[in-house]
Amino acid sequence: MSSRQVGGVMLAVENVSLTFGGVKALQEVSFDVRENEVRAIIGPNGAGKSSMLNVINGVYHPQQGKIRFQGREFRDMDSHQTAEMGVARTFQNIALFKGMTVLDNLMTGRNLKMRCNFLQQALWIGPAKREELEHRRAVEEVIDFLEIQHIRKTPVGKLPYGLQKRVELGRALAAEPKLLLLDEPMAGMNLEEKQDMCRFVLEVNDHYGTTIVLIEHDMGVVMDISDRVVVLDYGRKIADGSPEEVRGNQTVIDAYLGVAH
Amino acid sequence: MAPGDGMDTFPKLLMHHAQARGDRPAIREKDLGIWQTWTWREFADEVRALAGALAAEGLKRGEHVAIVGDNRPRIYAAMSAAQCLGAIPVPLYQDAVATEMAFPIQNAEIAHAIVEDQEQVDKLLEILPKCPSLRRIYYDDPRGMRHYAQPQLVSYDKLMEAGRAALARDPAFADAEIAKGRGSDPAAMFFTSGTTGVPKGVVHTHASLIGPSRTAAELERLGEDDVILAYLPPAWIGQNIFSCAQAFVTGYCICCPESPETVMTDMREVGPTYYFAPPRVLEALLTQVSIRMDDASWLKRWLYRRFMSVAGRVGGALLDGARVSLLDRLLYALGDLLIYGPLRNVLGMSRVRVGYTAGEAIGPDLFKFYRSIGINMKQLYGSTETAVFVCIQPNGQVRPDTVGPAVPGVELKFSPQRELLIRSPGLFTEYYKNPQATAEAKDADGFFCTGDAGFFAADGHVKIIDRVKDVGALSEGTLFAPKYLENKLKFFPYIKEAVCFGHARDKVCAFINIDPEAIGNWAEKRNMPYSGYTDLASRDEVYDLVRECIERVNADLSREAEIANSQIHRFLILHKELDADDEELTRTRKVRRGFVGEKYGALVEALYAGRQAVHVEAKVRYEDGRTGTFAGDLKIRDAKTFAPVAARIDQRMAA
Repeated sequence: MSSRQVGGVMLAVENVSLTFGGVKALQEVSFDVRENEVRAIIGPNGAGKSSMLNVINGVYHPQQGKIRFQGREFRDMDSHQTAEMGVARTFQNIALFKGMTVLDNLMTGRNLKMRCNFLQQALWIGPAKREELEHRRAVEEVIDFLEIQHIRKTPVGKLPYGLQKRVELGRALAAEPKLLLLDEPMAGMNLEEKQDMCRFVLEVNDHYGTTIVLIEHDMGVVMDISDRVVVLDYGRKIADGSPEEVRGNQTVIDAYLGVAH
Repeated sequence: MAPGDGMDTFPKLLMHHAQARGDRPAIREKDLGIWQTWTWREFADEVRALAGALAAEGLKRGEHVAIVGDNRPRIYAAMSAAQCLGAIPVPLYQDAVATEMAFPIQNAEIAHAIVEDQEQVDKLLEILPKCPSLRRIYYDDPRGMRHYAQPQLVSYDKLMEAGRAALARDPAFADAEIAKGRGSDPAAMFFTSGTTGVPKGVVHTHASLIGPSRTAAELERLGEDDVILAYLPPAWIGQNIFSCAQAFVTGYCICCPESPETVMTDMREVGPTYYFAPPRVLEALLTQVSIRMDDASWLKRWLYRRFMSVAGRVGGALLDGARVSLLDRLLYALGDLLIYGPLRNVLGMSRVRVGYTAGEAIGPDLFKFYRSIGINMKQLYGSTETAVFVCIQPNGQVRPDTVGPAVPGVELKFSPQRELLIRSPGLFTEYYKNPQATAEAKDADGFFCTGDAGFFAADGHVKIIDRVKDVGALSEGTLFAPKYLENKLKFFPYIKEAVCFGHARDKVCAFINIDPEAIGNWAEKRNMPYSGYTDLASRDEVYDLVRECIERVNADLSREAEIANSQIHRFLILHKELDADDEELTRTRKVRRGFVGEKYGALVEALYAGRQAVHVEAKVRYEDGRTGTFAGDLKIRDAKTFAPVAARIDQRMAA
């Protein structure tokens, strides 16, 4: 399908455990993500998938384990710091500014790259103007890439769900991430929207060389677009490997379909 | 600039503009949110370079070049470059499926194709085994093309690079090639949409495209200050005339929209002064306006209704410069401030000086709507074979039901069968490799048989009623002009498409396609949940709504003595939308009535047999290419008909 090269390990999660009071959300989970790959995390409801993403980008702080990202080792991650290191994400239930236009929402994705101070920006002087033009250009390229020119100036709240998902992906892309975390990017979409989203995810991976970690429920999608799959169940990793290996794994089948006792 | 001064081909015209108005904008495109401008000089330079590159790739004089894509400056440049070398561009519909593209490529033995993007490349690669002549595919947009290794593919950027090198080696090459061109050389070939049978390649020379373009431009006083938005498929000759030929003749600026979805926004930003829209586009715009007005507050709705009735009464007359009372003038001026002006602005038509509509008969109410709000919309008549301009309505002589008098230089006459015959400088040379069809279309005196039926109205304007082959008669002798009825139906926002039957029958019956957007909106307001087109189409409420529309048409028809008997008695709503992919519509979205009548023969019979429902089992092709089946009962309903008004008067007089 593509000639891209999957590189060395970019992110490694080692023996991570996360508990909320008595609930063990993650138990000694380890896996790695290589550069340029599309890595899927799957599992039944409540398996700990979203918790895992939240640990990776520093929203949750695990009680145990460590995370290595691009050669540096962390006890836990800090969300501001991860964003600065090039991690961007989308959310399961869209987290956009509903009253703002698509363009403005995408501009917020550039926030970390803005160097001018508040005063310069407010007065719109020299460097601030230049900088905004630069950011606008970057955002326009994302708009072009995701084919959303026609809604550039539309408030996000007015858009249908599938397009909002696309805008959210756009905001993550505007940050020019090295690692992109997608939390159920295709949930609630119809077939056509799913196909579009698959195409965009693959193109992001291919065109920008972005590493992608995605959580997804649609097995067809997962099998089609991911290079390797991690399977979680009740907070534990129960399988890890290529889509074919995972699909044939008896533990995985049992976890999804249940076992007779 | 007269036709005789050596500027007899498009490339010569281009080089002339590069000199005469080198810094004026030639073409604009919105890229990354900003309108980018190419001046005539820049455009000519690009074309010169490309010509060198294409020649190096082996493109020769007299060869055909396929052009597949939307309106893009670089595609226009490549097309121009091919013309510099004496090659003949053959634009193909960009939304055609791959198999439809095979015929023209085989027919014209095309070796070089200039395409827009990956989508078009994929289609050409798919038919490559069937088209061994195809050697080179040049693509504009490199997106998604990184992993394509086919030896036929060359990117536009590569081509341009080679072109610049060629230009540096031999700067005079392109100009020498351009000088070899003659007005009588073929300039372009357009494949007719083919309402019937295989498509035919219509060959036009530089002279036959430039001649009518210049005459019409002089008639409307078009000049370098005019602006047009190029948003229709380049494969259609009208698009070529309006946004190539006439721009090359007058030096006005062509604007390319950012994407097909942004046309409305782009219209507003560009503010074209010269505008063309086929009736279906005008219809879609009006539907949008109606939907949005339905959603507006009661005050706005009231204002809209109040002032649109003023506009309907005097707007057209004001535009024609006729006498209007002072009170009405004042009312209209107020309406212009509150409603018409803002509406024109929303439609992107604030600056439109000359607007044309053509392609098929336009519903009179639809046409009047645009004129009443102060947009100088006029009808014209023409076809691919006649290079568009045959009849144009002059300013001040615009009528909803005629297409105007002949353009200077055009000879018109009608055959005994009411068929319109044309002889003009814009007449095509021939159908490519099809002498039989050419002989059938052109008579011994050089008149082209249009296939359209009509007559001269009292004021010398031409009135077209329908295709000669479609005009029929009910069994009791009343004239039956299906297109006329269908257009009346389609003026209602809820009805997207209609197909009327009645030739040699005792009454008229109709198939209806509802407009899913308008009806969907209507259903939402009534809290009616629905799953899609097929579901909506089967609802009793929707049937009632459509029946009301039909009855209003019937009431209208009852007032037109000659066709009062062609009122619509029965109808059904089709379970699927008519689609060009299923061959039910042409690529220009005209209904292929014969094909539809045959395909749904059982439904037609059920309409006439007086049944209340008919069972259908049909293959449905979804947008993504999968096919499924639909099985169910289609309801058939009766519509009220009215006694002809004239007859009623007769009765009263008898009593």
